[in-house]
Amino acid sequence: MKIDVSHVAKLANLPLTHLEKEKFEKQLSEILSYVEKLKEVDTENIKTTSQVTGLENIVREDKAIPSLDQEQTLSGAKSQHNGFFKVKAILE
Amino acid sequence: MKYKTVVGLEVHVELKTKSKMFCRCSANYFGQKPNTHTCPVCLGLPGALPAPNKEAIDWCIMIGLALNCRIANFSKFDRKNYFYPDLPKGYQISQYDQPFCQKGFIELSNGRKIGITRVHMEEDTAKLTHQGENSLIDFNRSGVPLVEIVTEPDFENAKEVIEYLKKLQQIVRYLDVSNADMEKGDMRLEPNISLQAADAKGLPSYKVEVKNINSFRFAEKAIEYEIKRQEEILNSGKTPAQETRGWDEDKQKTVSQRIKEEANDYRYFPEPDIPPLRFTESQISNLKSQMPETPNAKFERFKKDFGLADYYAEILTKERPLADFFEEMVGVGKKYDVNPKQIANFLINKNIDISSTLPAQLIQTILNSTQTEEVDDNKLGKIIEKVLNENQKAVNDYKNGKQNAIMFLLGQVLREAKRKLDTKVIKDKLEKSLKD
Amino acid sequence: MTSLNQITIKEAKKGLKNKKFSSVELAKACLEQVKKHNKDLNAFITVTEKEALESARIADKLIAEEVDLPLLGIPIALKDLFSTKGVRTTAGSKVLENYIPQYDATIVKKLKAAGVVIIGKTNLDAWAHGSSGENSDFGATRNPWSKEYVPGGSSSGSAVSVASDMCIASTGTDTGGSIRLPASFNNIVGLKPTYGRVSRYGIIAMASSLDSIGHFTKTVEDSALFFNVTAGKDYLDATTLPNPTENFTKNLEKGIKGLKLGVPKEFVTPDLDKEVKTGLEKSIKVLEGLGAKIVEISLPHTEYGIAAYYIIQPSEVSSNLARYDGIRYGADRSFFGDEAKRRIMLGTFTLSSGYYDAYYKKAMSIRTLIKKDLDDAFQKVDALISPVCPTLPWKLGEKINDPLKMYLSDVLTVTANMAGVPSLSVPAGFSKNKLPIGIQFMGKQLSESLLFQIGNSLEKQTGFYKQKPNL
Repeated sequence: MKIDVSHVAKLANLPLTHLEKEKFEKQLSEILSYVEKLKEVDTENIKTTSQVTGLENIVREDKAIPSLDQEQTLSGAKSQHNGFFKVKAILE
Repeated sequence: MKYKTVVGLEVHVELKTKSKMFCRCSANYFGQKPNTHTCPVCLGLPGALPAPNKEAIDWCIMIGLALNCRIANFSKFDRKNYFYPDLPKGYQISQYDQPFCQKGFIELSNGRKIGITRVHMEEDTAKLTHQGENSLIDFNRSGVPLVEIVTEPDFENAKEVIEYLKKLQQIVRYLDVSNADMEKGDMRLEPNISLQAADAKGLPSYKVEVKNINSFRFAEKAIEYEIKRQEEILNSGKTPAQETRGWDEDKQKTVSQRIKEEANDYRYFPEPDIPPLRFTESQISNLKSQMPETPNAKFERFKKDFGLADYYAEILTKERPLADFFEEMVGVGKKYDVNPKQIANFLINKNIDISSTLPAQLIQTILNSTQTEEVDDNKLGKIIEKVLNENQKAVNDYKNGKQNAIMFLLGQVLREAKRKLDTKVIKDKLEKSLKD
Repeated sequence: MTSLNQITIKEAKKGLKNKKFSSVELAKACLEQVKKHNKDLNAFITVTEKEALESARIADKLIAEEVDLPLLGIPIALKDLFSTKGVRTTAGSKVLENYIPQYDATIVKKLKAAGVVIIGKTNLDAWAHGSSGENSDFGATRNPWSKEYVPGGSSSGSAVSVASDMCIASTGTDTGGSIRLPASFNNIVGLKPTYGRVSRYGIIAMASSLDSIGHFTKTVEDSALFFNVTAGKDYLDATTLPNPTENFTKNLEKGIKGLKLGVPKEFVTPDLDKEVKTGLEKSIKVLEGLGAKIVEISLPHTEYGIAAYYIIQPSEVSSNLARYDGIRYGADRSFFGDEAKRRIMLGTFTLSSGYYDAYYKKAMSIRTLIKKDLDDAFQKVDALISPVCPTLPWKLGEKINDPLKMYLSDVLTVTANMAGVPSLSVPAGFSKNKLPIGIQFMGKQLSESLLFQIGNSLEKQTGFYKQKPNL
């Protein structure tokens, strides 16, 4: 199974070097070939399992509690300005 | 007309819950200092997990019910994956293939039914503002509950769209789930506009999405501008590009936004951190019974129960506070023989500020002005003279100190006049006459 | 001569209560061991010596006032995925090398409230991506039993910290075997609880529907004592189970007479290392001697487990790692290591348009079948017994260039994660080269008490836990 590494890397927002792309293409193709074996199983009428707890309707009351303060919120920011996080503008 | 217009609308309504959709930060972020309403969850810190807000879900379903939708018995949240600085987790928790509400409709005044494709729940993104070559991000808004309402491409012109928007705004305000204020950003809209040959069947071959519309007025202008622009392109034998355009307020036109290199692949998958939701029929009908009456239902009821004309009923039911105030007045009015038509007349024609008075007070005002009729001063003087002459005993009693005698004389004046008069005026005049 | 840091939780509680030693002395003994051996073994990324001694001092005060908290004064370590307020939390990755959380994970809160003394944050395969402990951006962790060998992963540092007596217990996460495998490679006890039994809030997520929050201890009883603190519903984690908790030590000494244990025949393949197979057979003999009945059962879809797991897990990983964009915290995405990049790309691909049905959806259906296999098995037996890893610990560097080969070491552990059931890894002896071998007991959801009961019986009979590595 060949994978378009450039396209996937873009979707995944991962900057890759040319060498990395080559290396990963090979390794990922191997892995994808291995998982092809799932085709052997007939899952036509089998429901999907996305959660194993069997829980439903877990909701909470609409009550507000204090938030982190501004300093805590910005504590990890590489770049900030007047209480805002700052980034280079994304071209629209 | 060579072409027919096909418009679909996507509206986002921000709910005015106390807390955010998936965390307990206050959702009341407007006007607050930046980045003061966040927590690990809405900031997307490592390890944080979502906890869904029950009230928000109930309100989303109420909106769906008010739009005549079918409510799903089984529903779930899904992750919509994409990268943008205002999206802290790198995905938005939304709903994909099993939304809370589907297949509703709303009727316009021209009798046409607009199909509501779906009403679903999601979370808002942070606020991005641009400053030169930088963007500033405030996460106060991140995670606030958003309801997305999508219509079928059933609109045929801009006027229908505006009517729908006003009706939708009225509904969510009636339900008291949102302030739906376009200026404050708690109601946002994106029309999808296309044209096709007047006799064409099926959907148009393209659609243009328009963003950055900040008022109903601009929505109408933007749609009309687009229709013209697309018409010109079609007339020249070409097909308008399928794209997203932005409304430019200053230039009063839509502008092509730089076309993204590839369409976004959102890679939707079921949200593993939130168990699915199941609603029984009785839970749904319970919610329905808790819902405030819709504007439309109230309008019909006012006409039927109070015998009001369309014009009056529409004004009185436009906003819920006025409608509620009116009904309270009707309730008080019953005891004092003041009928709903009088009340409606009074409220509408006298331009009352209902926030600075009470229903009972206004009923009193009505009584005061309708109970007393005007009477000629001379005529009144003559009646008083007659009464005083015919009731010497009472006059003497009063002069000898019996204050109550004046009330007897008052009654006699009213009997003689055979009309509802202002008792204070009579009393004053009597007192004056008795002095002489 | 047992030095102070070599004791168990049970022994520590007794000793502290009877004033045989203080919590400060206990903490100092552990910290001393860290100073001696961490350079070599690389079990810790961050050592919180000051905070540990301060907590120990407070613990001693409380002990003097006869306050009774479940883990008062006990030195533990936390896998560096657990958010600790004010203390660096790296996930083993350069992306978070300088990240300091503004909040504690729920489990950290619970453990602190139980009186623990935190020695530090342990090393791991970055983002929990790995089965050997070699994928850390802070250097590989070594196996204390034989330093050229891997300790297993991804909770490598946590396992080694307990095995080498740098602390008395430690926390870990198990998404596809990341507690059980390193436990079995280090001669210690590792619990993977029922999915949803322990809160994930505040623990850096790997694969949300598979991550199970567990711990390492020296004995089965210690494991139950620790579980008493961590188990329970959390309102911040919507996937936690509402079932009330119990005292998980209550059935420890019940014995296993009459219990039916199943061996999945698909887990005992010809590929299985001979010594691993011997470890299993010896354990079975012991259990039979104690009164259990051992039968063969079948989990027919075992061979598809890895394939399904390595679709579902990277898919969820690709989404969970999307938040690391360097804006609000951490470094940018170019700082991800190779394995992280591989899994992000794999998961992005399997969720992408045109491939979702063939990969992600397909894998979710296989998951249903794997879960059903287990549900059917538990109709016939009380618990399952099997090896943990098809091979013995391998040498550092041996599998590092073959990702697929590395993934296949999870073939016997992913089943429990796919179905959400608990599994307890217990020492089962040593290879000729004195490398530890473990076995696991799998039970149905919420059966941890039974697993402790079985594990305790085996442990008391075999006594492997008493052996220590030559450091």
